[in-house]
Amino acid sequence: MNLLILLFFPLVGSLACLLNKNYAKQTALISALITLGLAIVLLSDFNADASRQFVVDFAWIPQLGINFKAGIDGISMIMVLLTTGLVPLIILSGFNRTFKNPSALFALILFMQSGLLIVFTALDAFLFYVGWEAALIPIYFICAIWGGADRIRVNMKFFIYTFSGSLFMLLGIIFLHLQTPANNYDIDAFYALNLDANTQGWLFWCFFIAFAIKMPIFPFHTWQPDTYTEAPTMGTMLLAGIMLKMGIYGVIRWLIPVVPLGFIEWKQVAIILSIIGIVYASIIAFTQKDIKKLIAYSSIAHVGLISAGIFAWNVEGVQGAMIQMLNHGINVIGLFFIIDIIINRLNTREISAMGGIAKVAPQFAIAFLIILLGTVALPLTNGFIGEFLLLNAVYQYQIWAAAIAGLTIIFGAVYMLRMYKNVMQGQLNELTASFKDIKGTEILVLSIICALVIVIGVYPKPILHISEAAVNGLINQVNNKLAF
Amino acid sequence: MNSLIVISILAIVVLYLGLYKAKNALLPVTIIGLIGALVLAIMEWNSGATAIFSGMMLFDNFAVAFSGLTIVSTILILLLSKTYFDKISSNVAEYYTIILFALTGIIVMVSYHNLTMLFVGLEIMSVSLYILAGIKKRDFASNEAALKYFLMGAFSTGFLLFGIALIYGSSHSFDLSVIAQYVIDRPTGIDPMFYVGIALMMVGMCFKIGAAPFHFWTPDVYEGSPTLITAFMSTVVKTAGFAAFLRLFAICFAPLAEFWMPALLIITVITLFVGNITALYQTNFKRMLAFSSISHAGYMLFAIVALGTTSVNAVFVYASAYSLASIIAFAVLIMVKEQTGGENFDNFNGLGKRNPFLAFVLTVAMLSLAGIPLTAGFVGKFFMFSTALQQYHIWLIILAIVNAIIGIFYYFKVIVAMYFKDAERKELSTSGYYTFVLGVSAVFSILLGVYPSIITDLF
Repeated sequence: MNLLILLFFPLVGSLACLLNKNYAKQTALISALITLGLAIVLLSDFNADASRQFVVDFAWIPQLGINFKAGIDGISMIMVLLTTGLVPLIILSGFNRTFKNPSALFALILFMQSGLLIVFTALDAFLFYVGWEAALIPIYFICAIWGGADRIRVNMKFFIYTFSGSLFMLLGIIFLHLQTPANNYDIDAFYALNLDANTQGWLFWCFFIAFAIKMPIFPFHTWQPDTYTEAPTMGTMLLAGIMLKMGIYGVIRWLIPVVPLGFIEWKQVAIILSIIGIVYASIIAFTQKDIKKLIAYSSIAHVGLISAGIFAWNVEGVQGAMIQMLNHGINVIGLFFIIDIIINRLNTREISAMGGIAKVAPQFAIAFLIILLGTVALPLTNGFIGEFLLLNAVYQYQIWAAAIAGLTIIFGAVYMLRMYKNVMQGQLNELTASFKDIKGTEILVLSIICALVIVIGVYPKPILHISEAAVNGLINQVNNKLAF
Repeated sequence: MNSLIVISILAIVVLYLGLYKAKNALLPVTIIGLIGALVLAIMEWNSGATAIFSGMMLFDNFAVAFSGLTIVSTILILLLSKTYFDKISSNVAEYYTIILFALTGIIVMVSYHNLTMLFVGLEIMSVSLYILAGIKKRDFASNEAALKYFLMGAFSTGFLLFGIALIYGSSHSFDLSVIAQYVIDRPTGIDPMFYVGIALMMVGMCFKIGAAPFHFWTPDVYEGSPTLITAFMSTVVKTAGFAAFLRLFAICFAPLAEFWMPALLIITVITLFVGNITALYQTNFKRMLAFSSISHAGYMLFAIVALGTTSVNAVFVYASAYSLASIIAFAVLIMVKEQTGGENFDNFNGLGKRNPFLAFVLTVAMLSLAGIPLTAGFVGKFFMFSTALQQYHIWLIILAIVNAIIGIFYYFKVIVAMYFKDAERKELSTSGYYTFVLGVSAVFSILLGVYPSIITDLF
């Protein structure tokens, strides 16, 4: 099957949503499910070796050496599954809510999906950049139109942050393009370059800033908690579940292999920043009274561990990152959905105003607990295998770094479980006494997420297998280049 | 060449139509005439033109491309004028005629091959514009705009003319190829007078394109002139100014880049910052556009600072993108002003609800001006950045990035007002002509952003 169908089908769905105003959410869901189906068809044809498959390549802007070149290897496959798998859940999670102008909202979500898929499959730097921005514009509008009270200021900050980062990346891309012998933007041409260490050093920062803002890594994270809090729940899910993975994916695909010498030079700094991020975010999460902010900060901590694992640059780290990206996506969407249910029924985000919900909503309590345990990486849940691999990777790099990162995982467990205790257990109060248990689509979404949490936790091998060869290939390629 | 003749005759025909009170025929005749001129211009594409009229003009592909762009922009702007001019004046024919005369000058400016023709073209255009700026006779701001524009314009023409004289003095010719040969023949020992000539011409041209620190006339003139005239000045005239600037420096002075490049580099950086930072503080949409047009002049100067093989293409793509977006912005401004009475950002509040179409096209225009991918403006900026990086102007690009970020603030102010702020106002209606022009411009803005090869193949 042609990869282009997968990349552009969401755009068709987006248009259908706009035209089919009365049934926008149903149209969006059908479109997202078809896209998922297309991805599964691709997966069934996919050979889990290091090669690139389903490559499409044609001239786009020939005067500048720009091609529309995209393809899928094991790393991209995971990202495609993540995107196509989560978008239906995100759309489904909005089924019980009413939005003003829903057709535009769902159209933007699907438009963004197209941009995300382009980012995760692009093999041409220009295409990558276009996809990168094409995913940003819709999420800006989603968050700024359907967001909370302070949405204008917060989203401006978010947009400025990410846009500045990507402009520096653009500078790096154009510079690299001019160095390639054939003056093109092909990823293999970028990989084949042998620039001197100095040049690679500053190019590293051009790309690193863009990716670090997206993830976000400390100290580029200041946009994140506000944006997550003010965004509508579907927007938060898109941001935390899928969009931040663009940054992580970028590091794996476009940063380390393109400027390996620059990476070696700044490796230590990158890991230290990641670990500071883990510690810092955990401490702040500890003191949060706002439940949505708490999850936002815990997300920074989790992402910090993923990026530390990648920058350690060994098979465990990158493989751990691959599976953890998937898991983090699933878990964080689950958590934000849980929180959306709570906020929607109680009309408050204050943890202190909650309590005892488990007594009146037992099904809800079970779903919450399973997802929570996945997030704190209990063995036999999905978070465990990823965090285990990542910590192992950091340990191989430096024992102290691993110790600090490991400690914060304990912290994570503490603040998450404490949050659970305060929200779900204890005494019922006036507000929570009338809390209704989940029903309909809520049960559907949460059971899918809980099933994923447990299935991946018990048997992660198929997923690890998809990316294994590609990750090995990429790491060997970088190591060969460094040895050379 | 033929298109120049057609436009000159057309201008006179339109004047006579006005004399015989054939008011309804004015617009159709003008548009049909311009389409004819456009077709004639395009037919000269790749015809291997040689300099004509004793080497005065050269209709090469450069001239054809920029003639085409300016004619198309003029058509789009004139289509907006259907009801606009009737409201501000009773002598509508004069508008069309003077705009056509200005266009005549512009065609000369993009096709000159002799410095005298540059001067003649520039003056035909400028004198027409002085009149257009002041055409609202009873309006104070319009009069002020005309006077300022005239004084500053005359002053800058003086620089230009003095520069031409000095260059003639050392090279003994007005002909571009002779001057180019003069430079090539003397790797060392060029007359100091020649250098002074270059500097003076550079100042003169910078005045015309509104580059800082020679930009002081722009905001007042843009704000005071009738909005459609402002649209004409900031798109067609600016494009022509850059085409003339680029033609002169690419053909004649390219080997002396070491001399003029540092000065122009500084002008570029100042232009970027002055335009952007001042635009940031505007509450008036039209004034914001005026300052943002200064900053766009800064981006377009990249192509001349980093003169190379891709420069022409870069200016052409950037000018197309910028013209389309500006036409949208000014057209929406006219509609909003007509129906809400003001041109501040507040007047755009809630436009997303009152008229989703207008809000959408203006969003496309703002994203394009801000240089966001999938719009033409991004492709333009991308070309400029690539051109500048080819000459390793990394710092220039970093400063440009800072400016692009500043730009986001004020372009998004409009988007924020339209979509995220509510206003208690009734719906806005759009007329057929406006819908057509806005639709066409928005479609092309996106088309050029997604598939720029349709115009980047030209050079």
